Amino acid sequence: MTAAQRDLLLVIAGIGGVLVLASAIGWLLARRYSPQGQNAAIENLNDRIRAWWLMVLALALAFLGGRAGVILLFALCSLAALREFMTLTNAGRADHRTLAAAFFIVLPVQFWLVWIGWYGLYAIFIPVWVFLLLPILSVLSGETRNYLVRVAEMQWALMICVFCVSHVPALLDLQIPGHGGRNVLLIAWLVMVVQLSDVLQYVWGKLAGRHPVAPRLSPSKTVEGFLGGTLSAALIGTALWWMTPFRPWQAGLMALLVCALGFAGGLVMSEIKRDRGVKDWGHSIAGHGGFIDRLDSVVFAAPIFFHVTRYFWHQVPA
Amino acid sequence: MAAIRAILARIAARILTFVARAITAVQPLWVGIDPDAPRQRVYFANHASHGDFILIWSVLPPRLQRLTRPVAGADYWQRGALRRFIGCEVFGALLIRRQAEGAGPLPPDGRDDPEAPIPRMAAALDEGSSLILFPEGTRNQGDAPLLPFRSGLYHLARARPQVDLVPVWIENLNRVLPKGAVVPVPLMCKVVFGAPLHLAAGEDKAAFLARARAALLALRPRQDAQVAP
Repeated sequence: MTAAQRDLLLVIAGIGGVLVLASAIGWLLARRYSPQGQNAAIENLNDRIRAWWLMVLALALAFLGGRAGVILLFALCSLAALREFMTLTNAGRADHRTLAAAFFIVLPVQFWLVWIGWYGLYAIFIPVWVFLLLPILSVLSGETRNYLVRVAEMQWALMICVFCVSHVPALLDLQIPGHGGRNVLLIAWLVMVVQLSDVLQYVWGKLAGRHPVAPRLSPSKTVEGFLGGTLSAALIGTALWWMTPFRPWQAGLMALLVCALGFAGGLVMSEIKRDRGVKDWGHSIAGHGGFIDRLDSVVFAAPIFFHVTRYFWHQVPA
Repeated sequence: MAAIRAILARIAARILTFVARAITAVQPLWVGIDPDAPRQRVYFANHASHGDFILIWSVLPPRLQRLTRPVAGADYWQRGALRRFIGCEVFGALLIRRQAEGAGPLPPDGRDDPEAPIPRMAAALDEGSSLILFPEGTRNQGDAPLLPFRSGLYHLARARPQVDLVPVWIENLNRVLPKGAVVPVPLMCKVVFGAPLHLAAGEDKAAFLARARAALLALRPRQDAQVAP
């Protein structure tokens, strides 16, 4: 077993430990305050913990499956997210061909480009090629009503759900001296820090939240929650610096960056939901809503984390 | 041979419902009924896609699936061996003759005609089946959310007044597989079951059909967000 694999198992065991603890607390709370399932908050908590088990299991299997496993997992997440996003857009019957192309050509091609590691193309495939070619496909349908709205929504959906999500497995592509074979750990670090930041923001918001960040958008997102969650997640990210190629202080700054982006991503995606009059993006994950409800923060953090890491740490061996 | 066909039909039903659920992540919303209540029902739904009855069928409790038969146009489902197999044997569809487009309403009663739709639906109800009905009479391919109802639902309600008439709104399937499309795109669908209706005393045809249609329209989850066709 390599050192990277040993560290990965250590991380998985650590997360498993945290989840065992969470499940135990959830079970005790349910026994004490909600024996007949009458307390909605506790039932939701336990739904969430059960869903977390499944998510961690899927991630662990993907990580142990190596490159193919990670790319396949995020391609499937991307598909689920794109389905949720497209469902809420104005794309209609006239856009059927464009939608089919988005689902069955753009998405597979983007992840295939990540699989073969063609950075020069996967970094521009959607924002350049698809952004120009996709409207042409929609023009052919001859439907003029809401053309700009429909096209813009479909492009934004592809950007968020395919382009951004694909930058998580793209981290496997970075060549960082002295960090060979450890890129899966870098993905694990990103996902853990961003997700922990979400959870800790929620906890801090419940405990100390006073001042809402965007009262009309979401009363549960507070300044206190944001600061407490981001700072405590950044501390954990710093403590986990050994998973990354970063020094501890660099890991701390990177964690701050991805947590802030994750927070902003959550706000942006909430605004879209508010605009469309829905509470959740979907209903696929019990207690969490849809895939985008869970991915929104990772989505915003991934491409920028990828490019910052690439700019400062990536080196092609001479 | 018949036994093998029956087994094949069961397997095909499983596969088709699995595919329908995988593509659409369909979510049933039981607004007005308890799905498990042992009631005989006529589910009446909006009709925009050939997949409509498969989607309703796939969210029914498995125990009820066997007892629930879609009412479908014979002209479509008898064309070709595969369609006949899927229609009649997999889903046990009750195939009825339809009037040609624009040829006016179906004959109201047809006591003299053994092939007339209403007596055949009533007979299926008498055998203990529930039915899935599309009262628009044809697939809706325009921009209106729901076409005017044909009179079949009224005549059936008069023939078997005790049966629950349950409005069922199918959301989004017209975008998954619109007319002329071969490849379904994966968008999420909902199937909303409303509260059962019955023919009121002295209610005439127009009033009843208007009430049934309004009950179905009221189930639409997003009435304003949809701006494009």
